[in-house]
Amino acid sequence: MSFDDAYQSLTDHDDDARWAYGTGFSDPLAGVPTALPDGVDGAALAAYCLMIGDDALIMSHRLQQWVTRAPELEDEMALANIGLDLLGQARLLLTRAGEAEGAGRDEDALAYLRDASDFRHVRLVERADADFAHLIARLLVFATWRLALLDRLSASRDPVLAAIGAKGVKEVAYHRDYAAGWTVRLGDGTDLSHQRMQAAVDEVWPLLGELFEPHATELALAGVAVDPSTVRAECDAVFSQVLHAATLDTPAAPPASGVSTTVSAVTGGAVLSEGAVLVPAPTGGAASGDASARLGGRGRDGVHGAELGEILEELQGLARANPGGVW
Amino acid sequence: MVRAAEVAATVTDPELPMVTLAELGILRDVRETDDGVEVTITPTYSGCPAMEAIQADVLTALRRAGYERAHVRTLLAPAWTTDWISAEGKAKLAAAGIAPPGPAPRRGSGPVPLTLGVRDEKIACPRCGEESTERLAAFGATACRELRRCPACREPFEHVKEI
Repeated sequence: MSFDDAYQSLTDHDDDARWAYGTGFSDPLAGVPTALPDGVDGAALAAYCLMIGDDALIMSHRLQQWVTRAPELEDEMALANIGLDLLGQARLLLTRAGEAEGAGRDEDALAYLRDASDFRHVRLVERADADFAHLIARLLVFATWRLALLDRLSASRDPVLAAIGAKGVKEVAYHRDYAAGWTVRLGDGTDLSHQRMQAAVDEVWPLLGELFEPHATELALAGVAVDPSTVRAECDAVFSQVLHAATLDTPAAPPASGVSTTVSAVTGGAVLSEGAVLVPAPTGGAASGDASARLGGRGRDGVHGAELGEILEELQGLARANPGGVW
Repeated sequence: MVRAAEVAATVTDPELPMVTLAELGILRDVRETDDGVEVTITPTYSGCPAMEAIQADVLTALRRAGYERAHVRTLLAPAWTTDWISAEGKAKLAAAGIAPPGPAPRRGSGPVPLTLGVRDEKIACPRCGEESTERLAAFGATACRELRRCPACREPFEHVKEI
């Protein structure tokens, strides 16, 4: 059959109310066998899915904020597409988290009704971008890291994570090439673009430490989750190749646990409230054994900058003001 | 009554209406069981918003053909690849001015190789047949397409990316 637009096809077959927010869509894992593999703890698997699901969700939100602000129309389409891929990955992972948790929360409950301290993404993804170069530097780091993680994840003992990983690799490979291309174009461009790209790289690099520091949850799920320290060398090789082609200097390697340096490293005008910590993380469960968790510094433990508050206000405001709202 | 598999196979893609779900390789299986018709589809991209429309379209088509009880199963693995687009589907895309995908990239073991600069690829212009065209943007109007331009006839066109 034919419809004038995709939305019409969504709505013609029933008289159901439309959601005022949220997907209102069917379960993205409908029909996928979701039994837990033998010996895998549901709570730990849920915690891990939240980590890499929140990475995708929050990065997707930041990318969407660039639509109507990118230098060229083609780049707005690119950033929207990249954000959409990540949102799709987030939907699958949050749904998997809710199922593994077994408390009846679905993707919408997890995206719209959690407090800041319950988000488990790395702090790289929540940062506001001072300029386009800053976004490109963050995307280069994020996509390179996530591509390596998803590639390893495709061999996970959890068949759902393995499927999400294998599918995501195809998508994120494009994201990385896009960010790498712009890094070279700006770095090896004019004096001004070189200067701003270098400044962006210098600002983002101190956030790398957190990406490769294994979390207790990841270590407890050997064979299911990926230990991010195992992808460090692979990522460094890519960074080195891209920065060299872009005639940019590689900033000094950040300390393994770079939290105290991350909060003072950024000086961009658009990055406000630097270093503000919203809510102390409730340390407990799998996270309590981690040294930096005791210091209360990692995004993976729910410690975030004030910027996350701004994101969640935008992301969750309608859902929280009108719980279950339909029209 | 038309067989359920034949009904589902005629449903077209909402974003690429010149091809059917079967030709795109999205439709993986159709079974008539005691619980009704079970349709298995695989998503193209994780975030493809058309998947919801596709599910609704399949169920609507089945209902109109008399199959009241039907449900859609999602198949995540193996991940969809453009290699599953049939030869007929590729020909229809080209006839509609969209350059069809070539063979999907094959990767051995080890890290995913980085592509810097211009990729070495030959994508023929769907209008004039010129074999060497250039990429304008790696992302197009939908997740699965990119924008290209033909240096011979100077027309821009879309291309379904190989994944």
